[in-house]
Amino acid sequence: MRPFDYETPQDAAQAVALSEAAAQSHVGSPVQYIGGGTTLLDLMKLGVMRPERVVAIDGIGGDSLNAVKKTDQGLHIGALVSMAELADNGMIERDYPVLRDALWKAASPQIRNMARLGGNVLQRTRCPYFRDTTYDQCNKRVPGSGCAALDGFNRLHAVLGTSGSCIATYAGDWAQALVALDASVSVLGPDGPRVLPFSGLHRLPSDAPHIETTLKPGELITGFTIPDGPWPRSTYVKVRDRESYAFANASAAVALEMEGDIATDVRIALGGLATVPWRASKAEAQLRGRPLGEAAMEAAAEAEFADAVTHEHNAFKVPLGKATLVRALTEAKAMEI
Amino acid sequence: MAAKCAQGYFMSSRPAMPVSRRSFIGGSAAAISAAGSVGAGKAKAQSSASADRAKKRTVSFTVNGDRREMEADTRLTLLDALRGPLGLPGSKKGCDHGQCGACTVHVDGQRMLSCFTLVAGLEGKEVTTIEGLANGDELHPLQQAFIDNDAFQCGYCTPGQIMSGVACIAEGHARTPAEIREYMSGNICRCAAYPNIVAAVEQARDAEG
Repeated sequence: MRPFDYETPQDAAQAVALSEAAAQSHVGSPVQYIGGGTTLLDLMKLGVMRPERVVAIDGIGGDSLNAVKKTDQGLHIGALVSMAELADNGMIERDYPVLRDALWKAASPQIRNMARLGGNVLQRTRCPYFRDTTYDQCNKRVPGSGCAALDGFNRLHAVLGTSGSCIATYAGDWAQALVALDASVSVLGPDGPRVLPFSGLHRLPSDAPHIETTLKPGELITGFTIPDGPWPRSTYVKVRDRESYAFANASAAVALEMEGDIATDVRIALGGLATVPWRASKAEAQLRGRPLGEAAMEAAAEAEFADAVTHEHNAFKVPLGKATLVRALTEAKAMEI
Repeated sequence: MAAKCAQGYFMSSRPAMPVSRRSFIGGSAAAISAAGSVGAGKAKAQSSASADRAKKRTVSFTVNGDRREMEADTRLTLLDALRGPLGLPGSKKGCDHGQCGACTVHVDGQRMLSCFTLVAGLEGKEVTTIEGLANGDELHPLQQAFIDNDAFQCGYCTPGQIMSGVACIAEGHARTPAEIREYMSGNICRCAAYPNIVAAVEQARDAEG
């Protein structure tokens, strides 16, 4: 690990003032915020991230950064709330089970105690060619160097939202719940605060996979807002290589509103399958306002994966992804609320 | 033989032999603590270019109830501090990347990974390690339960398993064997003593009533 200055600002404004830096992207900036540190320190030890200044935000004050509360605008979740804190919140368990399920099925209890939700959504890919600096080719790590995964071991890689430059999977879970529920994200930056739709936070890799988000250097995520709800009929299904403490091979966040057999509202997002938190808009459009039967679910899954692009080792993710989507819809429909 | 210790990351001199590994680490660390300063990256900084010079912060926190003040390299993790200058090698370094749980300690009562915790961020915090669990010669109920249930083979993951298990019970996440397996999944046991670990956690849970 390279030496770095460690700063401990008292509030969000001080943190942002300490974080102005010339950089092409937030994730490539020489100044990095540290909350729980579970992604940043990992990548710093690997030499993938090499900040010169680390700004600690875990101790900064401000109610909204640490709060979970219902407001006139919807459910507000502060960016410094830990994964464990939200997962163990009784109101969340009752009213937003998809938010809870996506958290307790992620990482380990120790990591969930440490990791904050603002950083959680910025978790970086587990692509081994990104994480291992002995590989020369990684467009995410070294722009323009190529992609070793395209012809490498790509069993874990994405089948949706890929490009010829990058097929790295977005590794997180909770972001799928946020994107499915039309959340917005609040940001504080050198130019002041702004709010953007969560679906606009992550960028498809396209021809610039090193620019992973639309955050500008120095911008700090301060919180999330989920506009509607509650969503008691919601769940997160996660399929892994082992039963616990593993990244998703495929996952689906689903929230439903039902009137009899009719799905009056359907929200779906997929994880473990795509380069970004993937809103399954095509599947939703097929299902909304119609009877939610098995054949309709399977047809919707077919539509969502119609444009999937597979590589040598990850073709299994297409049938697995479809089945995961159908299973999540089936489980949500069967929930007793 | 008081030759310079080439490979020593924390130690500046090698103590007289023969000496056990444990007393070696403990003795050296005590000497450094007594000097009131812990320069983890000192040797590296001196031999590096000025642009790579180590940055330091003075931090005050408690470990197992004892107040510690360290002038720490900002890169120093709690795990390396414990196993080196603080002389508490019970917390184990398995992967050093948050994947195995062998380094689990409690920070302000919550189980955390010491390999992902910077000493620089510990100002005012309370750290508890496996060495701080027993009450004098009386083992913690979960330590006794690990012995009673033969919940280890090689023992390397055991300190992390026990620290995690104590927290698992305190959190109320030890109600059923299935829940114990889920909420202990951050602690990997290469010897696969899992059924016995679950039994030990159940025993300690029931002992605490």
